[in-house]
Amino acid sequence: MFTQLRTAALVLMALTVLTGGVYPLVVTAIAQLAFPRQANGSLIQQGDQITGSELIGQPFSRPEYFWGRLSATGPHPYNAAASSGSNFGPLHPGFKEAAEARILALHSAGSSGKVVPVDLVTASGSGLDPHISPAAAEFQVPRIAVARKMSEGAVRELVSQHTEGRQLGILGEPRVNVLRLNLALDQPQGN
Amino acid sequence: MTSNGFVQLAVYLGVLLACVKPLGFYMARVYSGSGTFLDRFIGPLERLLYRLCGIEKSAEMTWRQYSVAILTFSLLSFLAVYVLQRTQVWLPLNPESLPAVSPDSSFNTAVSFTTNTNWQGYGGETTMSYLTQMLALTVQNFVSAAAGMAVLVTLIRGFTRHSTETIGNFWVDLVRGTLYILLPISLLFAVALVSQGVVQTFNSYHEVAFLEPTVDAEGQAVTRQSIAVGPAASQIAIKQLGTNGGGFFNVNSAHPLENPTPLSNFLQLLAILLIPAALCYTFGEMVSDRRQGWAVLAAMLVIFVPLLVATTITEQSGNPILTRLGVDQSASDSQPGGNMEGKESRFGIVNSSLWAVATTAASNGSVNSMHDSFTPLSGLVPMWLMQLGEVIFGGVGSGLYGLLMFAIVAVFLSGLMVGRTPEYLGKKIGAFEMKMAALAILFPCAMVLVGTAVAVVSASGRATIFNPGPHGFSEVLYAFSSAGNNNGSAFAGLGANTPFYNGLLGLAMLVGRFWVMLPVLAIAGSLAAKKTVPAGPGTLPTHTPLFVVLLVAVVIVVGALSFFPALALGPIVEHLLLANQE
Amino acid sequence: MTKTSTRLFDRKILGDAIRASFWKLDPRVQLRNPVMFAVYLGSILTTILWLNSLSGSTGESSTFVLGVAMWLWFTVLFANFAEAIAEGHGKAQAASLKKSRTTVIARKIANKADRITEEVSATDLKIGDIVIVKAGETIPADGEVIEGVASVDESAITGESAPVVRESGGDRSSVTGGTRVISDWLIIQVRTLPGQSFLDRMIAMVEGAKRQKTPNEIALAILLAALTLIFLLVVATLLPFSIFSVEVSGQGRAISLTVLVALFVCLAPTTIGALLSAIGIAGMNRLSQANVIAMSGRAVEAAGDVDVLLLDKTGTITLGNRQATRFIPASGTTEKELAEAAHLASLADETAEGRSIAVLAKKQFGLRGRELEHIQPHFVPFSARTRMSGVTLDGHSIRKGAAEAVETHVRSLGGFLPEDVRVAVQEIAKSGGTPLVVSRDDKVLGVIELKDIVKGGIKERFAELRQMGIKTVMITGDNPLTAAAIAAEAGVDDFLAEATPEAKLSLIRDYQKGGRLVAMTGDGTNDAPALAQADVAVAMNSGTQAAKEAGNMVDLDSNPTKLIEIVNIGKQLLMTRGSLTTFSIANDVAKYFAILPAAFAATYPALKALDLMRLSSPSSAILSAVIFNALIIIALVPLALKGVAYRPVGAAQLLRNNLLIYGVGGLIVPFMGIKAIDVMLTLMRIA
Repeated sequence: MFTQLRTAALVLMALTVLTGGVYPLVVTAIAQLAFPRQANGSLIQQGDQITGSELIGQPFSRPEYFWGRLSATGPHPYNAAASSGSNFGPLHPGFKEAAEARILALHSAGSSGKVVPVDLVTASGSGLDPHISPAAAEFQVPRIAVARKMSEGAVRELVSQHTEGRQLGILGEPRVNVLRLNLALDQPQGN
Repeated sequence: MTSNGFVQLAVYLGVLLACVKPLGFYMARVYSGSGTFLDRFIGPLERLLYRLCGIEKSAEMTWRQYSVAILTFSLLSFLAVYVLQRTQVWLPLNPESLPAVSPDSSFNTAVSFTTNTNWQGYGGETTMSYLTQMLALTVQNFVSAAAGMAVLVTLIRGFTRHSTETIGNFWVDLVRGTLYILLPISLLFAVALVSQGVVQTFNSYHEVAFLEPTVDAEGQAVTRQSIAVGPAASQIAIKQLGTNGGGFFNVNSAHPLENPTPLSNFLQLLAILLIPAALCYTFGEMVSDRRQGWAVLAAMLVIFVPLLVATTITEQSGNPILTRLGVDQSASDSQPGGNMEGKESRFGIVNSSLWAVATTAASNGSVNSMHDSFTPLSGLVPMWLMQLGEVIFGGVGSGLYGLLMFAIVAVFLSGLMVGRTPEYLGKKIGAFEMKMAALAILFPCAMVLVGTAVAVVSASGRATIFNPGPHGFSEVLYAFSSAGNNNGSAFAGLGANTPFYNGLLGLAMLVGRFWVMLPVLAIAGSLAAKKTVPAGPGTLPTHTPLFVVLLVAVVIVVGALSFFPALALGPIVEHLLLANQE
Repeated sequence: MTKTSTRLFDRKILGDAIRASFWKLDPRVQLRNPVMFAVYLGSILTTILWLNSLSGSTGESSTFVLGVAMWLWFTVLFANFAEAIAEGHGKAQAASLKKSRTTVIARKIANKADRITEEVSATDLKIGDIVIVKAGETIPADGEVIEGVASVDESAITGESAPVVRESGGDRSSVTGGTRVISDWLIIQVRTLPGQSFLDRMIAMVEGAKRQKTPNEIALAILLAALTLIFLLVVATLLPFSIFSVEVSGQGRAISLTVLVALFVCLAPTTIGALLSAIGIAGMNRLSQANVIAMSGRAVEAAGDVDVLLLDKTGTITLGNRQATRFIPASGTTEKELAEAAHLASLADETAEGRSIAVLAKKQFGLRGRELEHIQPHFVPFSARTRMSGVTLDGHSIRKGAAEAVETHVRSLGGFLPEDVRVAVQEIAKSGGTPLVVSRDDKVLGVIELKDIVKGGIKERFAELRQMGIKTVMITGDNPLTAAAIAAEAGVDDFLAEATPEAKLSLIRDYQKGGRLVAMTGDGTNDAPALAQADVAVAMNSGTQAAKEAGNMVDLDSNPTKLIEIVNIGKQLLMTRGSLTTFSIANDVAKYFAILPAAFAATYPALKALDLMRLSSPSSAILSAVIFNALIIIALVPLALKGVAYRPVGAAQLLRNNLLIYGVGGLIVPFMGIKAIDVMLTLMRIA
């Protein structure tokens, strides 16, 4: 029994050093050497300033910006230090209220009429989703064009530049990076 | 569901099945002690470890000694994880100066990680220091998985050996499983994940300015965002491979820095089922009849694939409440459609459904979307997969040994039906094996039902239920299904980080792990001591489609009969209520 | 073989069984069966609930509670009835056996030579006592004949009316108490104490007094107990679940105890639980109907598992003796000439072989013994020295015998053994037959082929056994060449030639070491060690006491192929248990669909969607399920008693058939049954 206890302690210590110490350090070393940008959070550098992470969404509510998914993080949306979903069940009244509020906001910001793509009225799982669907972007194009006094074609052109297709042609869903797109909108336009 | 959806599911299953044979074969060599191509690199490390720890490689253990070794090791692991959490505030690698974790949460997490459940009552980025994540959680991700595989291997040895007392050496099985299987594959996965954007750094959280300031719940302006990072990739790799599932961040693999791209999602999904699926082949290889391995894998797939397709389809059909609000939920090339609440845009419906089914089929428990927000029937599937006892793939090792318990029951029934004392792989199944198999099946069931019952009638249990109506019941049922079967996923609306849930769920996890493991070890010992009966024409073959059907039927019938009333009062009635909304 | 079978539902047995169903309500009896004990408690509980509901304060209709309580009691009674009726069949058999156990006066003598008898009661006999039994008297105890030859009527235990010969020494020396000497007399040494005689043990066995649970039965009981426990938990936790549901939905009331008990009884594997012991008893009964007495239930079960069957060649695979099958004349001799000579030589040969030569000659050439009566033959009997027999008439000496013996004989007369005859002799030996050479004076006329005649239909039976997965091994004293030829002809899988008792024993041990279960039959004392070693050992009732003691079954008909039947019965026993377990569990699905929507009709009206059977009202739904659950027990009693039909097909085929019938059938039948009962209840306005 005591020898078992001693062996157990020794094995636990040895494996702790190996899997809890050596292993993460080796991975970190490889990561920092081979993929330093990704390993540190895929940050967006503009000049010497970090304007965010291309993987972490930000909240937008002004008509001239593309809006992302609803975010249920607390205490404020898109809190990247405390990720969270809404956890609304399909019959939760809050679920319907949030969707109604979003639809109302979209309409009052100037997005008119048509049926709203589902991803614009639902909260993402992480509360940090950086993407929306191309349909959700297209839905907002007229509003952006009006707000920014640009042609819809020019806005669409920017959208398509920031649209990623399915990875390897198969995996995942086509998506538009909202932060990158909005940063691009803010850039002085070449034409 | 779009055609691309089917293609994605098919590609996933195809790649998974292609990996089964090579990895399964490799693992069989690792556990039978024959040489592998990694011997040259790992061999010296292995021998050093044995020397340091005073392990005699050839010393064999009886099932009782083996059990004592596992229990001792698990107890020490529990203490280590508990102490690290309670003291992290004074320890290094805590750049955010996170405080010590509360006693009940520390207890719950320590049980959770040593039992390979990896239920998270806490939010990773707001609770655990980097040191705790590494030395406590990552380590347990490895060793609790390796312990599960070790127990499976003893059961296989029980079948292959005869007239002997011993079933192997726990320390050797533990070390070899970690060194030869989990570590090398984790290393590969971790690097691949980093390339996709999973963070791996010891820096503190990044502070960035919002492009457009926002307001918080109190109406205060918020202009900055703090982006949590950390040494995530190394932990994510083993969290998926070892069917652990405890995320680095609160929302687990829904977090863009934990699972940034569809490819990282694919790799993690692959890692979830990789070892449980390949172990089926290992089983066939080690009992010298590969068909037996394919048969159990087929049984798993027979349950897995239809549930997968059903979940995807119901989830894709969306929420009738939104339809009435004029929301477009149809799938097309420009949007995923369906029920997107709690899902990430990059994964859409297909990958979220696939993940939900895979993570609960395996006792992984990581999530890439919020199961609490699933439509009722597709929320039922993950819950039910756990209630089946985590045997459809299940935990690494523990899933297959759980399924073999069901196989023993199936063999017993079919033996009776063909008029022969039942035998499985040449071992006669007697009263002792039946007793142990019944215990292994009974205890998790009991834990789920009794735990849920206690929670829904006690004030502290009800206090933190988030959703109203039958969905609230589902949240509690889901929590105990998850803990009692060592899965770890959650209907996360339930506030489970309370002393009540931390304690009760912790207990459920202990029972779910050890009350299955010990009977399995006892069966391993009893089988090893038996003579091997050569198969004859009167022996019922256990590799045929017929037996697969019977095995599947036993698993489903036990699971359905035990949980039908509970499911009726949760997701089923919720589905009917939701349907009435139309 | 006459079967002492009784009709399945004899009126007397039925009446006794109904009475016994009530006697068995004794809690001590109920406690033996955990599944039914749970139902028993449920019945008591619902009865109390009914009394309570009479006050009207519970808000539950007291007729409904009474209905449930009544049908739960019926469930218990039906289970008791099933067991009682199976026991009744056993008792009926035992009763007929007991008739032969009337008090007998034994005539004790001091020793074999002593002729002074002392009359004592049979019950006072001790082991080693010597008794004399004369024609017309009943043998007082089991024992061994030490002197005398007599024909004995054993019909009391075997049902076989033809008397059998019992004599001292050899394999026919054992006698059973209760049988009657018909002719002559016997001196018998008593081998068992009164009350422990073979007949007593048989009665005890048939009555089920000594029935112990077999290993498989124990394992099944564990499975059933586990299932019962799961359902107990399911039902017990349903109460808190429903309390919570009522609160969140804001309507209805928590599920009542009556409904919970009803649900539990419906879910628990009551069908198999109720019939389990009846199945076991019925299996033993079927065995004794086949005139086999098993010394333990374990042996019957083991019979279902047998992998290897050891069979004696003589009497089992072949007819008792060799028979002439062919005349092969030497060149220059016609077949008829040879046949005539052979016939003459065999006229006085009263051995079976000799008679068979005469029979063959008669069949092929119409030769008859009577035609030869006018000649004055001088018969030469077989002697060990000459190894020939024959006849001398008209100055010709006709001889038949082994080739070497006849060759020596003709050589001494100046003849020789022709080459074609020598070839024929060798060929016959090679094909497993025995050649007999016939000579007249110095001339060899030809060869008679004597062969073991394999019993008709035996090959098919072995093929059946092979399909069942049982390997047959023939045991014979013949040389390997002969043995191989017969083995091939009979279709056995293997043989043991030149077998000695030691060789038999070691063969059994070898098979057992390989993990196989061995069955064998035997009758001689020299079989006893092998019988004791075999897992299933069937002793012939005609055999010696030693053989019977060593075996774990006795075949009263002394029919060596009975083993095949025993194997069938063993398999049937297991199959009946397995099939009814499957059926019982499959039934639960329909019961859920009946009871759950009914139980939550007020709390969640939406759950009505699960009411696939569209039952008329919640209380009718619950009552229908309970009634179905009780009636199905009665409906399955005949199946439990007769056993599930067994056909010798492969294991997979059997499983497929039984899964289809009892698994899929078990899913569907209750849907129809419950609906039918619901319609009837509605028509009768009971619920």
